[in-house]
Amino acid sequence: MTADAHSIGMPELVAALMIVALNAYVLTGGADFGGGVWDLFARGPRREAQRALIAHEIGPIWEANHVWLILVVVMLFTAFPAAFATLGTVLHIPLSLMLGGIVLRGSSFVFRSYGARDRATQRRWGTSFAVASLVTPLLLGVIVGAIVSGRVGEASRRLSEASSAAPASFASVYVAPWLAPFPIALGVLALAMFAFLAATYLAAAAPDDALRDDFRRHAFAAAAAMFVAAFGALVVAHFSAPDVRHALMSMTGRALVIQIATATAALLALWALASRRWRVARVSAAAQVSLILWGWVAVQYPYIVPPFQTARDLAAPRVTLALLLGALAAGAVVLVPSLIYLFRTFSAARVEAGGDASSSRR
Amino acid sequence: MTDLLAARTQMALSLGFHIVFAEIGIAMPLMMVIAEWRWRRTGDAAYLALARRWAKGTAILFAVGAVSGTVLSFELGLLWPGFMRFAGPLIGIPFSLEGFAFFLEAIFLGVYLYGWDRVSPRAHLAAGVIVAASGAASAVFVVLVNAWMNTPVGFTLAADGTFASIDPIAAMRSPAAFQQALHMLLASYAATGLAVAGVHAFVLRRGGAPAFHSRALGVALLVGAPAALLQPLSGDVSARVVASTQPVKLAALESQWRTERGAPLRIGGLPDAEHERTRFAIEIPYGLSLLAFHDPRAEVKGLEIAPRADRPSVAVVHVAFQVMVALGSTMALVSLWAGLVWWRRRTLTSNRALLLALSVVTPFGFLATEAGWIVTEVGRQPWVVQGLQRTSAAVTPMPGLVVPMTLFTLLYCGLGAIVVTLIVTLVRDTSAPSGIVADKEIVS
Repeated sequence: MTADAHSIGMPELVAALMIVALNAYVLTGGADFGGGVWDLFARGPRREAQRALIAHEIGPIWEANHVWLILVVVMLFTAFPAAFATLGTVLHIPLSLMLGGIVLRGSSFVFRSYGARDRATQRRWGTSFAVASLVTPLLLGVIVGAIVSGRVGEASRRLSEASSAAPASFASVYVAPWLAPFPIALGVLALAMFAFLAATYLAAAAPDDALRDDFRRHAFAAAAAMFVAAFGALVVAHFSAPDVRHALMSMTGRALVIQIATATAALLALWALASRRWRVARVSAAAQVSLILWGWVAVQYPYIVPPFQTARDLAAPRVTLALLLGALAAGAVVLVPSLIYLFRTFSAARVEAGGDASSSRR
Repeated sequence: MTDLLAARTQMALSLGFHIVFAEIGIAMPLMMVIAEWRWRRTGDAAYLALARRWAKGTAILFAVGAVSGTVLSFELGLLWPGFMRFAGPLIGIPFSLEGFAFFLEAIFLGVYLYGWDRVSPRAHLAAGVIVAASGAASAVFVVLVNAWMNTPVGFTLAADGTFASIDPIAAMRSPAAFQQALHMLLASYAATGLAVAGVHAFVLRRGGAPAFHSRALGVALLVGAPAALLQPLSGDVSARVVASTQPVKLAALESQWRTERGAPLRIGGLPDAEHERTRFAIEIPYGLSLLAFHDPRAEVKGLEIAPRADRPSVAVVHVAFQVMVALGSTMALVSLWAGLVWWRRRTLTSNRALLLALSVVTPFGFLATEAGWIVTEVGRQPWVVQGLQRTSAAVTPMPGLVVPMTLFTLLYCGLGAIVVTLIVTLVRDTSAPSGIVADKEIVS
């Protein structure tokens, strides 16, 4: 125990809980964004029925799912204020764009649900909701790519070493860290991941076989896109700047284990989709996406802003971390039962209301 | 426009936009729950229609509040990384608690809005109560942070100006904490309650369905009027805390240039920073000393105690303060009038003059909130944390901040216009029971 306490302390524990919250966000909020993507790509004779199912599935829960992101941000700035300051500075542009996407997605969705029922208005808000759902995950992935590749850390160092005699250029600090092949490849990966999750959840929730097959096809398409994006990210990392390669080549045994588990979950999810085992498909898709997330963590550990700053370097004083852990524990006591209640209430409702979901939006 | 000014403008705009939706998110669920509770107690269908209609409005406004609040949480780092680096460890705890309160609010709002037929009546009402309570708790936690920025405590300083030791719990109990939280909560109930009352009074005057709108007016005033009556008292407490903890801010909001005993209260007037005097003000002798310290001979510190570089913009703060007090006082008077009418006649709808007055004050609460927020924020300048960190030391080093400022301004203008249009449509559609049908369409 004492040896462990030396290497894994409160900063690492808080960071791990932050990733747990991010994982929850990806599995819930991420899938809501993926739903918006399928709203955009709704095709064929059942187009409106597909859109109705998406709206029905995310309606009661998207706001609660969204709060996970706020929790991640709050934990980040409480426990690692210097990391938050660095990310906010260097990634100002993609973060601002992502916020624009978050605002448009959420507001368009309620405007569509509660605004005028005529076709033109519905379509306008529907498009705005769907496009924002596409752009936001892309930017989220770009931001993660910029961090994990060490480009944010490098830019931050350039900024702090710059003097009035030798200023760092705007592009090198505020644009280059994220507008690069590797972050963009991760953006595409995040988008494909969220779309895959959403399609799998929607296939499992669909009220009839025709809709179920639509989303099953979507899930296969998204899985293919995920594979291409992941492979593309690897290739880009290989031919890209040395700092990017370094991040991926420094993989330890721990990361390899996670990679093997990810591949297993991916194969299981595809098999379950192919053999129409919806519950298995849902669980293994969620496992696959979570494992990709933890694979990122394994690559980046123990850094929060690689390649220089670890969780420990950037952590707030012990008293803050201890109080934060206390607040998280107290919060979890009320939060977990409430969330279970929310999801139970509306997953039970799905069975009853499922029959008319396909016709209600016409 | 300098980068600092662009950053301040963007933050002011984001907060000014969010605060309206935050206030509505605090008070509207309470009104919705009262309406539902009346329906369950009396079986009066008008109350059910009212609860449904208000829930619909809440759904739109809460979503906009949620996303604009998300923007704010990120903007702390996008615009003020220096502030977060400095103060994050000390003020993060109330923000974390706020995160959980907001979580509960979002969860149970989902249950409330979509669960009319899914959960038991008791559970449905309880969900509404949780939304109302956690909305209020969120506001208190966020205001605790702002109170700390005004009256920072809970730390010892090292020689280089950073914190040597910190006590986040003590920081939550800063001198301004209680009165600021109280003032904000009362503002939320008063502004939202009177705004909703004003809308229904307006429709009633134009001959809208009396059964529906008179009940709406009653519930809205039940929430708004007591808060509007108590707010001047809370303001008095606030002013006295400001007088003792932030004398320069008090001097700016009263445009008191010189330190003097028996200071007069200035009503109106235009502060002239160049010549350090205030023109065209009506002065009530001893008024300020009396209000700020409850002693007509008390000494009130003037702006002269701070060097010019450390003073806020007196013109902005003084005028905003006058506007806030004038609007708040009018709201209190109209509330008093409504209370008297109700006490004497047991009905509000027959008094057309009162309905007109209520319609006129519809936006006053939100305008007063904006003015009050300007008073507390601009009044603290040039400090982001009073006496500890300057706003200029907190701002991001990124140049070109006028660009995001412009983009967010356009975004918020567009959103604001759409929300207003939607709410106007919702109100115009006054045939009460149709709201229920529309809700069912959305649920299924």
